[in-house]
Amino acid sequence: MTDAPLLIVGASMAGLRTAEGARRAGYDGPIEFLGAEAHAPYNRPPLSKELLQTEGHGHDEVAFPIRSALEQGVTWTLGRAAASLDAERRVVVDEAGVEHPYSSLVIATGLRPKPLPIPSHGLGGIHVLRTLDDAVGLRSALRPGANVVILGSGFVGCEIAATAAKNGCSVSIVTQSAVPLDRALGPELGGEVRRRHEAHGVRFFTRDGLFGLVGETAVERVILTSGVMLECDVLVVAIGSDPNTEWLQGSGLDVSDGVLVDAGLRAIGVDGVVRPDVFAVGDVARYPNPLFDDVPRRVEHWNLPTETGKRAGQLIAAHLRGDDCEPLAAAGFAPLPSFWSDQYDMHLLAFGMTYLADRRELVAGSLDDECVVEYFRGETLVGVCGIGMRSLVQSYRSRFSMPSATV
Amino acid sequence: MIKIDVDMNKCQHYGQCVFEAPEVFQLNADDKLEYKAEAPDEMLADLEAAADVCPMQAIMLTRE
Ligand SMILES: Cc1cc2nc3c(=O)[nH]c(=O)nc-3n(C[C@H](O)[C@H](O)[C@H](O)COP(=O)(O)OP(=O)(O)OC[C@H]3O[C@@H](n4cnc5c(N)ncnc54)[C@H](O)[C@@H]3O)c2cc1C
Ligand code: SF4
Repeated sequence: MTDAPLLIVGASMAGLRTAEGARRAGYDGPIEFLGAEAHAPYNRPPLSKELLQTEGHGHDEVAFPIRSALEQGVTWTLGRAAASLDAERRVVVDEAGVEHPYSSLVIATGLRPKPLPIPSHGLGGIHVLRTLDDAVGLRSALRPGANVVILGSGFVGCEIAATAAKNGCSVSIVTQSAVPLDRALGPELGGEVRRRHEAHGVRFFTRDGLFGLVGETAVERVILTSGVMLECDVLVVAIGSDPNTEWLQGSGLDVSDGVLVDAGLRAIGVDGVVRPDVFAVGDVARYPNPLFDDVPRRVEHWNLPTETGKRAGQLIAAHLRGDDCEPLAAAGFAPLPSFWSDQYDMHLLAFGMTYLADRRELVAGSLDDECVVEYFRGETLVGVCGIGMRSLVQSYRSRFSMPSATV
Repeated sequence: MIKIDVDMNKCQHYGQCVFEAPEVFQLNADDKLEYKAEAPDEMLADLEAAADVCPMQAIMLTRE
């Protein structure tokens, strides 16, 4: 089946970058995107920031430009989810029962928010945030004076809290953690983030959770496990995400936690065998990063859809040309994760895997102003995070290098 | 030539672009972005890489 397209499931950032990468590496055959959302690929970070506070902003403001390399030979099948994969026959079946044959397959289906952990009883006013449609729905609910309760204190929860507080909402964060962002950034920066939120009127209920909801048709109050009762017009569930891999059940791929891939982003089966024509990229992929160790992980940072997509694109082009992909795959894949977060006038910028650290050190500035914190696992630097001080944080990039034993 | 536009209302001066195309993008002494408005076609791959990594998606490229 030589004229079957390169099929990319998930019209996502990672999928887009893979298509661009394959074109750049010389693949000029047909490409098909099969995406569950009605929208062409767009940038998600503004969904918890600018777009959430700017009435009228929509797809136009966040869409990725489609480069000239993708103007020809690309089919967009949008608003249609993949339902199953038959890897033997090289066919994806969508939810309407239509078959999509492929020459190579890219899995770029990302994550979805974990749902409310208690029964919702069909009450309105309960939100999650992952998609543009989620953001538009949440934006219209964040009216000045609204009582907003955010469950979860990760990046998405904290950013929504900051935006809601700026919009004049009365905001509470309910979290099982002792401080916000503690898993990602540790107690020092987490405590400082809390202080800054409190200075903007956000209330924290830490080491706490949701016990029940009260309301007629929409949620009116929430009861916390500590017994506290909070007025609530808008409940946002931001307690992490799960990979979109249900459609891959029974496909023979290892999808125990995202899609397990090798250093060439090629899917690995439950039998441990690499599938040369199936790739996974972006948040849904689980792979080891030799900058840190050999443990395969899913990493949800914005620069990795681009890094994984570019790399997968190279291997796909080589595979579809009939080249031997082993040397390329063996070359190792060690992208430096980078992430940032904007809350109020605080700009956090980080490199590495701060959450692997067992020790942190403030090396510049002071927490309540601008600062840089280094993250260590044992003696090894595994991450750095700054509030402001961007040049200094940027200068750390060269300090993450491969342990000399590998590659 | 490739024309480079950075939307300075969006740019947060993160400097990610600097690492992909240092010939074009630089952070000055005040940590603020400075960039060249034009670059030769050979730089397209680097410039696209810079546009890709910009967290604010503030970099626009046009072939002229
Ligand atoms: C609100 C928000 C704010 C963020 N802010 C930041 C930030 O400030 N800094 C940072 O570093 N990172 C941030 N991130 C993380 C970053 O946006 C993600 O890492 C990135 O979007 C992941 O891209 P992806 O291409 O892997 O997957 P996704 O963007 O999740 O795209 C997956 C696509 O696949 C589709 N899909 C799912 N299942 C199917 C199916 N069965 N068939 C077809 N299509 C399917 C989905 O509908 C979706 O369109 C943020 C994320 C969110 C949600
Ligand atoms: S990467 Fe984007 S936001 Fe950062 S300095 Fe460059 S243009 Fe500005």
